[in-house]
Amino acid sequence: MVKAEAVQKSFGRLEVLKGIDLEVSPKEVLCLIGPSGSGKSTFLRCINHLEKIDGGRLSVDGELVGYQQRGDKLYELRDAEVCRKRSEIGMVFQHFNLFPHMTALENLTEAPIRVKKESRTVAVERGRKLLERVGLGEKVNAYPRQLSGGQQQRVAIARALAMEPKLMLFDEPTSALDPELVGEVLDVMRGLAEDGMTMVVVTHEMGFAREVSDNLVFMDGGVIVEAGKPREILSSPQHERTRAFLSKVL
Amino acid sequence: MANAVGLRPEAIKAVPVRHPGRWVAAIVVGAIAAYIFYTVVTAIQNDHTAQGSGWAAVGHYLFNTLIFKGILVTLELTVLAMAVGIVLGVILAVMRLSPNPVMSWVSWLYIWFFRGTPVLVQIFFWFNLNLVLKSIDIGIPFTSFWLHANTNSLIPPFMAALLGLGFNEAAYMAEIVRAGIISVEHGQTEAAQALGMNRGLVMRRIVLPQAMRVIIPPTGNETISMLKTTSLAFTASVTELFTRQQQIATATYDVLELLIVASIWYLVMTSILTVGQFYIERHFGRGSSRGTTATPFQRFRRMLFTFHAPPPAPPELAPAAPAVPRSEHR
Repeated sequence: MVKAEAVQKSFGRLEVLKGIDLEVSPKEVLCLIGPSGSGKSTFLRCINHLEKIDGGRLSVDGELVGYQQRGDKLYELRDAEVCRKRSEIGMVFQHFNLFPHMTALENLTEAPIRVKKESRTVAVERGRKLLERVGLGEKVNAYPRQLSGGQQQRVAIARALAMEPKLMLFDEPTSALDPELVGEVLDVMRGLAEDGMTMVVVTHEMGFAREVSDNLVFMDGGVIVEAGKPREILSSPQHERTRAFLSKVL
Repeated sequence: MANAVGLRPEAIKAVPVRHPGRWVAAIVVGAIAAYIFYTVVTAIQNDHTAQGSGWAAVGHYLFNTLIFKGILVTLELTVLAMAVGIVLGVILAVMRLSPNPVMSWVSWLYIWFFRGTPVLVQIFFWFNLNLVLKSIDIGIPFTSFWLHANTNSLIPPFMAALLGLGFNEAAYMAEIVRAGIISVEHGQTEAAQALGMNRGLVMRRIVLPQAMRVIIPPTGNETISMLKTTSLAFTASVTELFTRQQQIATATYDVLELLIVASIWYLVMTSILTVGQFYIERHFGRGSSRGTTATPFQRFRRMLFTFHAPPPAPPELAPAAPAVPRSEHR
């Protein structure tokens, strides 16, 4: 589903990704862990082209992200193409980024109606079902500021699902939450994983990574230090850096 | 609630801090204001007019038909010039922030020019356009399809004033709208982009509605300012309020009285706009962190009934409470 080969990215002179190779197969849940500044969020944002990569190849579902290859030449994609591809990838942000001027339901129906040109009835129907699914059936008409952090993040997940994505990206979805609200968001994500959604999750929740993810990647300094089965890495890390990081967070 | 035993601590009754300085300042300012008021009132009182005293003349002209016609033109000009300014201003602001360098530079140049030259000059320019262009011809080259119009008939005085005021206002509105757009958190744009929304949709559906809260207050200010600036249309011989009073004054020599009449009407109109601005801001500020502002009446009532009591607690924002009625579904 996602394939990265020697992906490289710099902000000015700072090289944040120094050649990332990884692969995510359909229905797989991949967790990215690592200290802040290790490049894991940047890598995630490259997958839906919120950041442009400077080197290597990155493809989703067999198609290059942001570019098109014809012969041996790369062509930048037009805006409309980038938008179409993004609409197939859901993203959940650390700070929720719900639209504050819209109700929970309107947050869910906005993109399906405007981007996918769905009829209002269909979009509203699915929106209600999704809110029900994340346990917020009675918050349909609530505005984001009337919801707790955990509720907002669940609406944000539902909003991403409303576009019926083939891939979901989570950028530290529980980092901005009060500890007691983390569980409700993780439960929704766990359910999603069980339903077979392909997910790439940047997280600091080691418990979640251990139980839910199929593969775990530890990044530091813009490179992948270690990758493999979550239980193996978390219980017997091979690298010194992984060990040092885990000893601090576990 | 707070105390497990159920004993409430006694409410504080303390003597509030006295502010003698405030009383002294109020008396001094009041005295100065009264003196200025008295001087003006007597000066007009002693002015001899056809209606007797100056004040009689003010009363006579206040409801003059020509003055009313002038007020109507002033209002028309204000509304239309602001409409031109707002529409063009939004377009310019979006252009200014566009990644397309041509767009952004055109917008920069427009703002640079129209904000950098006096409105009066701009009104004059449109009024005297026929000195540069005798006629305006639009058509398709190498065909016989051409539209021809005389500049003077195309741009009558009212249009000259409207173009001058509106185009100038657009430059200011562009900066106001730009500030509003920038004030919206970048995460909003990213979230919208991640959903596949294109630049136009993101701007129209997500960013601009949220920018309104920042854009509305200075726009109210601009409208009030515009109402008075329309008096410059006098130089293009548009028959708005200022021109009308001037016309009557030259015929009757009641210069001072007519200036007072015009001032009264300008004050009445700006006062109405001020009240309107207060309520519009209150509407768009709803739900922001500080809650709604009290209306002057509410503040007055609160002041009367809670003279020395501690200020009432601000209305609670209650984020968790189901402020929204439960939906009918299920």
